[in-house]
Amino acid sequence: MEPAQQTENVIEMRGVTTRFGAHVVHENLDFEVRRGEIIAVVGGSGSGKSTLLREIILLQKPDAGSIRVLGEDITRISEAAALDLRRRWGVMFQRGGLFGSLNVLENIGLPLREHTDLSDTLIDQIAALKLSLTGLEADAAKKFPSELSGGMLKRAALARALALDPELLFLDEPTAGLDPASADGVDQLVLKMRDTFGLTVVVITHDLDLLWSIADRVAMLGEHQVLAVGTMEELTHSELPAVREYFEGARTAAARRRAEHEVPLAANT
Amino acid sequence: MAGWKTQPAATIAQPDPGIFALSGNWTVYGIGRVEQRVDALASTQGAQPVVIDGAGVAALDTAGSCLVQQLLTQLRKLGAKPELRGWQPDFLKLLELGERPAPQPGAPLPRFPRLDALGRGVLAGGVQIYAGLSFVGDVVLTLGRCLAQPARLRFRPILYNIQSAGTSALPIVGLLAFLLGVVVAYQGADQLRRYGASIFIVDLVGISMVREFAPLVTAIIVAGRSGAAYAAQIGAMKTSEEIDAMLTLGISPLEMLTLPKLIALVIAMPLLTVFADATGILGGMVMASSRLGVSFADFVDRLGLAVAPASFMVGIAKAPVFAAIIVLTGCFQGFRAEGGADSVGRQTTRSVVQAIFLVIVADALFSVLFSILGL
Repeated sequence: MEPAQQTENVIEMRGVTTRFGAHVVHENLDFEVRRGEIIAVVGGSGSGKSTLLREIILLQKPDAGSIRVLGEDITRISEAAALDLRRRWGVMFQRGGLFGSLNVLENIGLPLREHTDLSDTLIDQIAALKLSLTGLEADAAKKFPSELSGGMLKRAALARALALDPELLFLDEPTAGLDPASADGVDQLVLKMRDTFGLTVVVITHDLDLLWSIADRVAMLGEHQVLAVGTMEELTHSELPAVREYFEGARTAAARRRAEHEVPLAANT
Repeated sequence: MAGWKTQPAATIAQPDPGIFALSGNWTVYGIGRVEQRVDALASTQGAQPVVIDGAGVAALDTAGSCLVQQLLTQLRKLGAKPELRGWQPDFLKLLELGERPAPQPGAPLPRFPRLDALGRGVLAGGVQIYAGLSFVGDVVLTLGRCLAQPARLRFRPILYNIQSAGTSALPIVGLLAFLLGVVVAYQGADQLRRYGASIFIVDLVGISMVREFAPLVTAIIVAGRSGAAYAAQIGAMKTSEEIDAMLTLGISPLEMLTLPKLIALVIAMPLLTVFADATGILGGMVMASSRLGVSFADFVDRLGLAVAPASFMVGIAKAPVFAAIIVLTGCFQGFRAEGGADSVGRQTTRSVVQAIFLVIVADALFSVLFSILGL
């Protein structure tokens, strides 16, 4: 093992190939995530971002290659080891994935009830704490997912993903469909969680604001591979035309201006 | 890698009356055993100052900090002044996170819960009946509009629904009606043989089958098969905002979803019932020849005399009414789904139960009506 603890990889994908019938999604793809970083995965529609995530979190098997998560080779993992691994990560799905028959507090408490031997009172307290950490009002606790707005839904889903204090957090489009203020709130929340708990965060996103403001590194998928990995600054000056094209345009410029100068958008004009 | 399972569990000790010494892993998997001990220790502590020594704590997470905060709150309530000592700076930061008061939500309970539940039940029932009646009214109006402009009728979905609710149901309807015919003949055989009236098995099977059993068993199977499918389909569309999309596109969901089903089933049900008549009587014939020695030829001969055309028509006339009940109940309950998958399941169950209930009620009303009419 390397002496430097900072560069330890929590996720390592080597030579991963995925096909759906004749359609190739990934071919010989390599990808690493380091401990403690916020890494964003970007790419056009159909570039295999979601498939990548599903493979890492054991929802789908690649056709070839190896994937190591938290030191375990998940391509040949036993059921018991898979269960242990699942307790060590949290996943927030794009549409929340909250259970419609449970209220928000019960949704957050569910993993605790399933996997620990804590008392109901303590579980409710922990769930309420996670809820307030994600910035939801206390009166949201008794609401059902169908009664929540989009932003509240995302926060509640994030609170559930954090229920077991995971080491690894996966976020699928955490800001999609949110208004700018709520999206900003989610960005800051993710950053706060990382700093407080030392989480490693993998974010799938199209949100350029999020990329500029919180991502330590960005991995761009394309042509069945990881085309480029680096900071936003590096990627926007990439030599690969496909990468530059993806990030170019007015929206990037505006987002960068805001990130660099912290000028409110209204004051720009 | 130190697996979370092999960690030493959290412990709390009291080496000195003024000191609580915490050690081990105060994490979500480590604190299960220590929770009650924390409670017990805190409640025996008097109102003197106490030190919470965290030097031995190897790991802490939000669950652990929640428990420590619970301990602190309890001690403060008793008047003891707890003081944190020896904690790692990271852990102190986490403890602060847990400090915000846990919300204690919960609406006040009603004074008379049973009365409250009864009132809500009656109200919900009334609202549902009202909504059901206005749904039927809506469907009738839409049907009227479509019949005035037949170009608006959607023939492809109608044909598709005839196939899925009618043709595809033939095997199961046929089989069940056949078995029902066998059962009726079997039950009647003994009694009739005793009176030497074996040939009347034809009257028994023929009349009961065409008047009652065939329409009823067909309706029950179709309610379970297609009625449930209607509710589930429309319910899922409602929860995924497809119905809303349809409305904003200026398409009437009733015209697009309900009318084709209604027209299709009103056409298909009488045909299914005729088929059930035939297979049911066939079942009776098989049983009559094996248990009573009534040959197929004798049976068919007698059938023409025993079953008047009016009896046959009475049975067939019920079928379209049953069809309308099944479609309207299924669609109505589907449209009432809201929220998530859970609600779709509930509405589907409701649609089947109510459809079968209403079909049997309608059948009873038909019996009264036909006896008044002397049919």
